[in-house]
Amino acid sequence: MKKNRFSFMLLMLALLLSSPLFAQDGLEEYFYQSGKIKVVIAVAMIVLTGIFIFLFGLGRKLSKLEKRIEAGNKK
Amino acid sequence: MKLWLKIVCVILLFYSALFAFWHPMAPGGLSVSATEFHPGRNDFFLVGYSTHFLSEKDNLQVFVSNDSTTIFCADVVDVISDAKVMVSLFLPDTISSTRFGFFANTKADGTIIIDAPVGNSGFTVVPGFQPDECKYKVANEDATSFGFPFQPVIMESIRNLMWHVPMWFTMFALMIMSFYFSLRSLSIDADEQKVRFDLKASSSAVVGLLFCTLGLITGSIWARFTWGAWWTNDPQLNGSMVVFIVYIGYFILRDSTPDGDKRIRLAGIFNIFAFVLMVVLLMVMPRFTEGLHPGKSGNPAFSKYDLDSSLRTVFYPACAGFILLGYWIYDLYFRIKKIQLHEEEQI
Repeated sequence: MKKNRFSFMLLMLALLLSSPLFAQDGLEEYFYQSGKIKVVIAVAMIVLTGIFIFLFGLGRKLSKLEKRIEAGNKK
Repeated sequence: MKLWLKIVCVILLFYSALFAFWHPMAPGGLSVSATEFHPGRNDFFLVGYSTHFLSEKDNLQVFVSNDSTTIFCADVVDVISDAKVMVSLFLPDTISSTRFGFFANTKADGTIIIDAPVGNSGFTVVPGFQPDECKYKVANEDATSFGFPFQPVIMESIRNLMWHVPMWFTMFALMIMSFYFSLRSLSIDADEQKVRFDLKASSSAVVGLLFCTLGLITGSIWARFTWGAWWTNDPQLNGSMVVFIVYIGYFILRDSTPDGDKRIRLAGIFNIFAFVLMVVLLMVMPRFTEGLHPGKSGNPAFSKYDLDSSLRTVFYPACAGFILLGYWIYDLYFRIKKIQLHEEEQI
């Protein structure tokens, strides 16, 4: 089951990489429109995404801890 | 973390994110439609970027340099838009060199320069030949337009300076903190204090690694669209990758040793080693090797030319804001880890 999921993800990645957006000319053209401003947007989005992913992980850590403390208090 | 620091952090980040996108670009030259010049009349389009050709129609002067000493004035046939102008250039049979450079003068934009390779046919090339020169000002410095400096390949992506570079500054700040905490954890005798400093060191290294990852990814994207490849053999790129792996090694070492004094000592010493390696690879090595980052061979940061005052007013607040944000995240992470440790001890 796990192996299947992994190969499915690989297939999806291959499809994504072969999509027109990632074709050599298409990608260049897309990002070069209006003086490469899209590169800046992509970079800013990645910064935000990275920080948010980290914060989500932090929240999950905290709720696990909360559960454990509550369970400990009941005893 | 104090409340006022959080407020300062939010204000700085709002300010820098807003102006990173809002601030206009300074005028610059983009392209020339001419592919080949021949003696006589040559008609072509000249395209600028955030220029003011239309509103400065009466002051517009277009000229072509040939050799470093001669210029030919072109007649402006039609101003199509603020960024596009059609010109007609008369060239004699004899020219002094086969290299041409393109210039456009306006009062608002100063002199914009386009360096485009243009072929030629049917000319007699006589080096040092002096034709009847026109009298346009080659370096017009009365520009009133302002904005982030326009550079041909970088273009609008100069704004990435406010996103990509602060990642590395934040990582440095957090790693310096981590280094300091590791030193403290090694030099203090009391057990409780030791554990606390070790936890602080690893927490700030985790957040530092987050910003290192972001710096690597954003740098890779920026490199793809300015240098043409996701990864290049720049010393700073390879160095930061090594630093990234070394810090991952720090976490593996720390998590794989059993709790207690041994873990704190091993992790602390490895962290000091990692910090020294980071300073050497990111600050010292790039000064001695050739690379693609600006201001190379001498200074890994931006030189005076690359970082002008309009960039500084947004870049420094962005760095300060991201460093405060990094500290903020570190603070939350450390507090959660502290409670976790406390909880484990009770069980």
